[in-house]
Amino acid sequence: MSTLELRSVTKVAGGETHIDAVSMTLEAGSLNVLLGPTLAGKTTLMRLMAGLEKPTAGNVIADGRDVTGEPVQKRNVAMVYQQFINYPAMSVYENIASPLRVAGADAATIEREVKKAAELLRLTPYLDRRPLNLSGGQQQRTALARAMVKKAGLVLLDEPLANLDYKLREELRAELPRIFAESGAIFVYATTEPTEALLLGGNTATLDRGRVTQFGRTVDVFRAPVDIVTAQTFSDPPMNTVAAVKQGDRLALNTGVSMPLRAPGLADGPLIVGFRPHHLAPSQTAPDAVPMAARVIVTEITGSESFVHLAAGEERWTMLTHGVHDLDPGTELTVWLEPRHLLLFDPSGRSVASAAHAARAA
Amino acid sequence: MNKTWNNRAWFMVLPVLLIVALNAVIPLMTVVNYSVQETFGNNLFFFEGTKWFEEVLASERFHAALGRQIIFTMTILAIQIPLGVIIALAMPKSGVWASVCLVLMALPLLIPWNVVGAMWNIFALPDIGLLGYGLNWLGFSYNFTQEAGDAWFTIILMDVWHWTSLVVLLAYAGLQSIDNAYYQAARIDGASTWSVFRHIQLPKMKNVLIIAVLLRFMDSFMIYTEPFVLTGGGPGNSTTLLSIDLVKAALGEFNLGIAAAMSIIYFLMTLLVCWVFYTYTMKGDEA
Amino acid sequence: MARIDLEHIRHAYGAAPKSADDYALKEVHHVWRDGGAYALLGPSGCGKTTLLNIISGLITPSEGRILFDGQDVTQLAPEDRNIAQVFQFPVVYDTMTVADNLAFPLRNRGMNEADVQKRVRETIEMLDLGAHANRKAQRLTADLKQKISLGRGLVRQDVNAILFDEPLTVIDPHMKWQLRSQLKLVHKQFGHTMVYVTHDQTEALTFADTVVVMYGGEIVQIGTPQELFERPSHTFVGYFIGSPGMNVLPVQADGAGVRLGSHHIPLPKPVGASAGEKIELGVRPEHVRVGREGMAARVSKVEDVGRQKIVRFSLEGQEVVAVLKEDETVPAEPHLSFSPEGIGIYADSWRIGGGSR
Repeated sequence: MSTLELRSVTKVAGGETHIDAVSMTLEAGSLNVLLGPTLAGKTTLMRLMAGLEKPTAGNVIADGRDVTGEPVQKRNVAMVYQQFINYPAMSVYENIASPLRVAGADAATIEREVKKAAELLRLTPYLDRRPLNLSGGQQQRTALARAMVKKAGLVLLDEPLANLDYKLREELRAELPRIFAESGAIFVYATTEPTEALLLGGNTATLDRGRVTQFGRTVDVFRAPVDIVTAQTFSDPPMNTVAAVKQGDRLALNTGVSMPLRAPGLADGPLIVGFRPHHLAPSQTAPDAVPMAARVIVTEITGSESFVHLAAGEERWTMLTHGVHDLDPGTELTVWLEPRHLLLFDPSGRSVASAAHAARAA
Repeated sequence: MNKTWNNRAWFMVLPVLLIVALNAVIPLMTVVNYSVQETFGNNLFFFEGTKWFEEVLASERFHAALGRQIIFTMTILAIQIPLGVIIALAMPKSGVWASVCLVLMALPLLIPWNVVGAMWNIFALPDIGLLGYGLNWLGFSYNFTQEAGDAWFTIILMDVWHWTSLVVLLAYAGLQSIDNAYYQAARIDGASTWSVFRHIQLPKMKNVLIIAVLLRFMDSFMIYTEPFVLTGGGPGNSTTLLSIDLVKAALGEFNLGIAAAMSIIYFLMTLLVCWVFYTYTMKGDEA
Repeated sequence: MARIDLEHIRHAYGAAPKSADDYALKEVHHVWRDGGAYALLGPSGCGKTTLLNIISGLITPSEGRILFDGQDVTQLAPEDRNIAQVFQFPVVYDTMTVADNLAFPLRNRGMNEADVQKRVRETIEMLDLGAHANRKAQRLTADLKQKISLGRGLVRQDVNAILFDEPLTVIDPHMKWQLRSQLKLVHKQFGHTMVYVTHDQTEALTFADTVVVMYGGEIVQIGTPQELFERPSHTFVGYFIGSPGMNVLPVQADGAGVRLGSHHIPLPKPVGASAGEKIELGVRPEHVRVGREGMAARVSKVEDVGRQKIVRFSLEGQEVVAVLKEDETVPAEPHLSFSPEGIGIYADSWRIGGGSR
């Protein structure tokens, strides 16, 4: 498959809209991350792409051909799930070989393809073992290998690393882009974790209650979200927000702080301002950084960094900063923020460009 | 993961459809057919409409059999369901003894029904049977072939022996599906054994218990072989339950119309009770 | 609240263990102070859950004693130890409302109803469960159910310890932030002794003031998040804590320093390793400086992860990972150097020295 296109795909079940007019085009050899919280519609969207479910409205086009009503069996699709799904009574070798056997491949081809996939996924030493005797990571590698040998045009991965230990997840996540690059299929990868999307790279579609709020290169979606929902979905720790009013060249935050804002194209009026936790700093980072008063709620320390949960006026913010800052709850603090890091949204939540972009345009 | 799509699957289901048609639908239709006609032999039939139904519903003999049937079914449910749950709770959760218990429990279920009847008939005989002789030896006057009360005692005891195992096995399966974390959490929360039963085991067993009640209700409502072999419905008519009455009407008196109408009335009653019970218990689930 | 003494505890699941390998938990001998927030961190199968269950009383250790405030509780059942525990997957009593679920552990201990109501109200408020208080627990979503489980853990104030067994597994990332800082706050306010089992370093480090790193049934290091990060005493700790983990490079002792391929890296004192030991240099990506000075390296991959860049270099045939800030770039002919305070020297995986005095 070289392209998969969704045209206003909608899924309504039991009076509830699970997927709301999703349109997107996925290219061959691309990795596409579906990012959103539980119940945002990631799994449903994948099932629609696969043909496991029929859309209520809209079309699914594969290589220019309308495949909307076609059942999954007629499409060339592979799927990997959060649970490690393998045939428990078969060896790892037979597990990987199973799609080839179904397709009626000859013995030499099976041997070659299985060996290749096992090599790619570092399963060669375990080919004779049963899946249940392997670690979780190896079991999921087996499931991945089976999806790879199928040579499917579309490979769907539904939170494949969610049941793995943190470090195993990190290792497999680093390998996945390389594995994907070798195959040339369209990959769709669902996750709830923003960090995972960033580490995988590729493209990201952010989902919110069945709607795709933005679809583009992962880093672009992260840096220039089109609305506040996208920014929130794609932010871990959660993005800080505050209501503000723009008047001429100044921006007055609801917390009482006023800062310069060079955004000539932007009309005066109320805005919602967002900024990421790592852009708040406990000391002045640049000459134009603006000081703000805040009170410490609680501090979390990771060893190299500290997450400081802050109260600023009515707002609750998080500061992510290098080094260990063990501050007692209640401590009064000055934190610094550079205006260029602000993301600006109109009161309805739509982006009106980040401050950096606005300044550059000026 | 990859299923081949074709219509061959339908051929696989066909034998089942045929069997269901042969053993359920066709006999049922035959019975419906008999229930609205009168015959005097020679394969001559006359349409009678609802005459047999009216006759059956008005007959005192039917009321008496139905009354006995309801008492019998309620009694065995009231004994078997709690007893089954208690035994299931007492069984070991794992290990060799769990397997041994399961096999022992399954034994009564494997014995053919007429053999169960015959076994208990001999077992309960007052002169040579262990139960009958034993009771008399202990000073109880016991003779199930003469005394209605003794006959009832014996068929209920027999049914409990025969079928409690089914409830045990279902309840045991329900208990096994409870994650250990629930028990651990309850211990740490300081819950009493009763609380654990009331708030964890019973809610988790609820669905299998509903199935157990339905199965036992339907089976006991249609029970025939064992009491027939044991008491033949006697002494007098004291243990003539619905099915025995039905067979007496059909074969003993060759009253096919009456028997067919009775069959359909039982069938509808069983269906109705099951439906009401099921909807009611499942609705309680939603609240 | 109580101090926990773990005295020479070992545990084997099979009967009659012969060698050290038969023990799922090798010897643990520590004192955990009253009111501490401890995290047991390690990969699956490292023995962390075994240790937790020994503390809660679900497992009686094969050897050793466990004491709460000096009182031997080794043989006591969980219900007699006066502890609370939250499990990985939500455990709720389906037939009860949310409020009754929270009240359950209190009522079981015969607390009077007015106090029960007060505690339940406080807990509901703390966990923001007000909207669901009078609903049956059965139909709620997994993360709400887990909040109820947490609530039942936190509702009793007189407990010796509160134990958490990977409690945030089923929780969405955003909610994780909320609940984690909430737990931290509860700890700061009430000072319960808390023990938290997890494989997630972020959860462990942010929650605990003392982290216990376990590996292969052994405790490999106990320390504050900062100590674990800055001075990992075992290469496993270096690898497991920090994301990406510590670079571990094979080196040879070389005068008053070590040799990495063709480069000499000076150290304040010679490496004191015995012959035959495998010597490695550990340096965290955060301590790898990228510039025009130092050892010439080749870039093999740059990962832009938003707030920082993870750059993988090839140095003398070894992969070395460095972390750059969001707006930093890699120079054309990159050279690497290691901050002396970030260098650790390991002999057979255990730390024997460092780059600064």
